[in-house]
This record gives sequence, structure tokens and C-alpha cells, in this order.
Amino acid sequence: MVSHNHTNATVRPKGLSDKKKTALAGYLFISPFFLLFAIFGAFPMLFSFYLAFQKWNGFGEMTFVGVKNFSLIFTDPLFWKSIYNTIVIGLLGTGPQLIAALILAVALNSAMVKFKSVFRVAYFVPNVTSIVAVAIVFTVLFSEQEAGLVNATLGLFGISPVSWQTSEWGAKIAIATMIFWRWVGYNSIIFLAGLQSIPKDLYEAAEIDGAKKWQQFLFITVPMLKPIIVFVVFTATIGSLQIFAEPLIFGSGFREESMTIVLYLWREAFSNNAFGTASATAVSLFLLIIVFTTINFFASNRLDKSGK
Amino acid sequence: MQRKKGFVNKVTIHVLLIIGALLSVFPLYWMFVMATQPNHVINKLPPAVVPGDKLVENFQNVLENVDFFGAMWNSFIVASLTTLGVLFFSSLAGFAFAKLQFKGREKLFAVILITMMIPPQLGLIPQYFIITKLGWLNDLKAIIVPGLVNAFGIFWMRQYIKDAIPDELIEAAKIDGCSIFRVYWNIVVPSILPAFATLGILTFMFVWNDFLWPLTVLRDESSYTIQIAIRALQDAYVKDYGMILSGTFWATLPLVVVFLMFNKLFISSLTQGSVKQ
Repeated sequence: MVSHNHTNATVRPKGLSDKKKTALAGYLFISPFFLLFAIFGAFPMLFSFYLAFQKWNGFGEMTFVGVKNFSLIFTDPLFWKSIYNTIVIGLLGTGPQLIAALILAVALNSAMVKFKSVFRVAYFVPNVTSIVAVAIVFTVLFSEQEAGLVNATLGLFGISPVSWQTSEWGAKIAIATMIFWRWVGYNSIIFLAGLQSIPKDLYEAAEIDGAKKWQQFLFITVPMLKPIIVFVVFTATIGSLQIFAEPLIFGSGFREESMTIVLYLWREAFSNNAFGTASATAVSLFLLIIVFTTINFFASNRLDKSGK
Repeated sequence: MQRKKGFVNKVTIHVLLIIGALLSVFPLYWMFVMATQPNHVINKLPPAVVPGDKLVENFQNVLENVDFFGAMWNSFIVASLTTLGVLFFSSLAGFAFAKLQFKGREKLFAVILITMMIPPQLGLIPQYFIITKLGWLNDLKAIIVPGLVNAFGIFWMRQYIKDAIPDELIEAAKIDGCSIFRVYWNIVVPSILPAFATLGILTFMFVWNDFLWPLTVLRDESSYTIQIAIRALQDAYVKDYGMILSGTFWATLPLVVVFLMFNKLFISSLTQGSVKQ
């Protein structure tokens, strides 16, 4: 103890400057992030809030218009339609998908399955495909023609051709299918990782108590997976609110049936040169994301309490 | 009886998994089929499900319509440089947050975590005007520079460095007279190669497949990334689907091949990255 103090005392002058050097290096090493974030993150974000109260076409003077941008978009039926579409497409694309992912994960986790790694690769490969490529391929799959592959397949069952791109539900189902296809395997592998971490003896104990397989699934698997399910639902919700590329490419532009909120924002800005209303849309999207995150948060908390 | 039931279960599960796998792979296979077919096949009943003989011709049409290899090259440059930047700057900052003492360290780290929650679309419009002011419109810098370091990368690297490198090792190196950057370069970098692989794959894939931001700032054909180029093919007035899907197929192939070669590393990187987030 004494000798330790002694060493400390003798190296103190050098130690102090060392400390300063370390701190300096620390600030230097983290500065690139804060520099870039200031320019390309924080400033644009704050400026969006400012622009939301201005009228601006991108070239001339900005004029302060108060809340007029907000009243403009809030009285535009297309704005509400875009929110409605975003939510419907999001629900259609993620609800069934998460259930399918869970079923696939349970199947993959079964001890008797052979070639697990081959299945994993097959399920994961859609996620490596870019959204643009996915949207283009599905545009052709969901062609409005009678000979489109989906319509032709439906035809085998006697269902008449659907106008996928121009009908209210057709467009939504097609876009939701793209989301389903690109993410179901990814999420099933995340669920699989969770399933593998559930202790086997829980199932053994349940087996002894005479619990059926579906009871084991409902009362062991689902509760044990809850943290992962909550996480996946969180990310899926935020991802759904930001859908953009699929409807842009699938609808060949800005069709009403598939207009989402980010697409509405993009159209206001880069097609209509109305940067004020576009910024008001961005702010609204931000608030919408906060609302949905809060709902998710409280829902998962409630589940927590009822689980206990 | 019990054994027979087990066999039925086994068959059911395998059938389910095989159907799922076929549906999962089919759109990619079909992309290839369409890339080999003439355009009129699209309106023919029954639809084509086996490859035709227009593989080369369709791709030649792609080359006539967009600068395919130029766009691939642009994507490669953008994704590689961004990835290098993210690996370097994120590990440097992650090292600082994990191992260096300085005032406000925890608070600054909390700020970084909070920035992850901001949706990227919120600042899109001002970002576009900043890029315009900088004169970077139609310049790959517009993609690379804002992406050089990000909050997730720093978070990821900090967690890894914290566990992977004992404090004593760093102290010992400092006592030996190593500068702090030397400690980073000679001790930290060699021991975090797995984290580099994971973050590298995540970043490269994200940038390679990104669409909204490149679409916003790359308006001139010479600056197109591959995603914007195939979108331009699809957006043409006269639609030749053999040609469009040929471009889409050849644009998708490289990443799928790399994925198949390193599938274990890819799957663990992409899912780990998400779970730890």
C-alpha cells in the first residue's frame, strides 16, 4: 500500500500530462462523428422544423407562413390516404410475416430437421436482394395481365385476374408481399437464435406434467421469446412507416392506392418543389414515429405486467 | 404407433420447410428466367418458367440503355469507401468510449445512442440543400462523406472493444511509451478483426442497397449507383421486361454469390447487428 502510494507520487507530474493526453486523444477520436452529425444530422433536422413554417420553392426567398403548411397537408385527402396506406401496408406486410417467421423458426429448430444450413441460406437470400430489385421482380410477378405469373396461378384456381397495380387492395397486397418475402427469413433466423437459447429442461418438465405441444408453444416458447418478439415488432413498425421504394417502383410513380407517407414527402419536395409542405410532412412523420414507438413501448410494458 | 406419428411429423415439417424454401428462392430464379426471355413472353399464357435463349441479347440491350458497368463501379466505390471510413472512424471512437478516460464520456455516448432514434427522412430536404450548396450534387462524395461514421458503428465497436481488450494491455503499452494512436493501431485493431468483418458486411450491404438518398442526390446518369441505374431501366417509357430483368438479375448476382460463399458470416453479421441494436 505504502509503496504503491510512493510510486504514484513519483510519477505524478508525468501522470497528469498523460491523463490530459488521453483525454485529448479521446475527444479527437470521437470528433469525426460529432462533426459529421452536426453538418448532416443535427442541422438538417432542426432546419426541417424551421422549413415546416416557411413557404419555399427551393430557389427564391423563404416566407414565413405560420402553420399554413400543416393546414395545407392536413386538408389534403391524399396526405391522410398516405398515412392510411402506410399503416395498412405495414400491418399486412408484418403481421402475417412475423407469424410465418415464428412457425418457420419452430420448424427449423426441431431436432429432426436435416440440412438446416441449406434452409437457413434459402430463407435468408431474399434479404440480400436490394429493395429496388425486389420491387422490379414483383412488379412483373404481379403484372395486371392475365398472363402475369400471380394472375395465371390464381387462374388455375378459377380466380379471375386482379389489377394489382391499380386497385385499392391489389396494390397493397402486392407491396405487403414484397415486404413479407424480403423479411420473413431474416426474422425467422432471429427467432431461431432466440429459440435455441431456451433451456431444454423447461420443455422436459412440461412434458412430464403432461403439457401438449401447442401448450408448450403457447406457455413456454412465446413468453421466453418475448424480448425478441418485442424487438422485432419495434423495428418492423419503424421500418413500415418508412416504406418508400416499393410503392415508387411498383406503382410506377405516385399512384393513390400505394402512396405512402415518405413517398408523399418525396413527391411534395422533389416533384412539386413545395419544400415547406414537404418539411411539414417530415415533421408529421417524425411525430407519427414517436406515437407508434410509445404505443409499442406501453404495449410491451403491459404484456410484461400481465405476464407476471 | 408412436414411431409412426414421429415419422408423419418429420415429413410434415420437411414438406413445410421445403415449400417455404422454394417460395423464398423462386423470385430470384424467375428473375433469371425472365432475363433470358424475349419481351413478348411476358404476355404469353402459360407463363414461362424455364430459361429461354435471350440471355446475351437482353444484357446487350441493358448496356445500350444504361452505363451498367459504370454504375456497378460507382456502387463499388461508394460502398467500399464508406465501409472503410465507418470501420476506421467507428473503431477509433468506440475505442475512445470503451477505454479512454475523458470528461463527459458517458453523456456524449448517450447522445450518440439518442441520435440513432432519429428517422433519416426527417432531415432529408435540408440535407439535399447542403449537398447542393457544397456543389456535391451528382458527385459520389454526397453519398460517401455523410456516411463515413455512424452511431450504430460506434456503439457496436465500443461494446466489442470493451470486452475484447483488457485494460492492463493498454496500460502496459502506454507505459512502454506507445502513443495513444499507436495503442489503437498496434493493439486494438489486430484484436477486433471479427467486429470489423461484421460491421463491414452490414455497412457494405446497406450502402450497396441504399435507394432513397442516392435517388435524391444523384440525378446525372454518370453518377448513378447500380440501384438507381436499374430503376432508370424500369422507369423507361417503353418497357422491355426481358431487358429490365436482365439488368436487375446481373445487378443482384454479385452480392448473392458473395453471400453464398460466406453465408455463415453474412447471416451471423446481419442478425447479430440487429439483435444487439
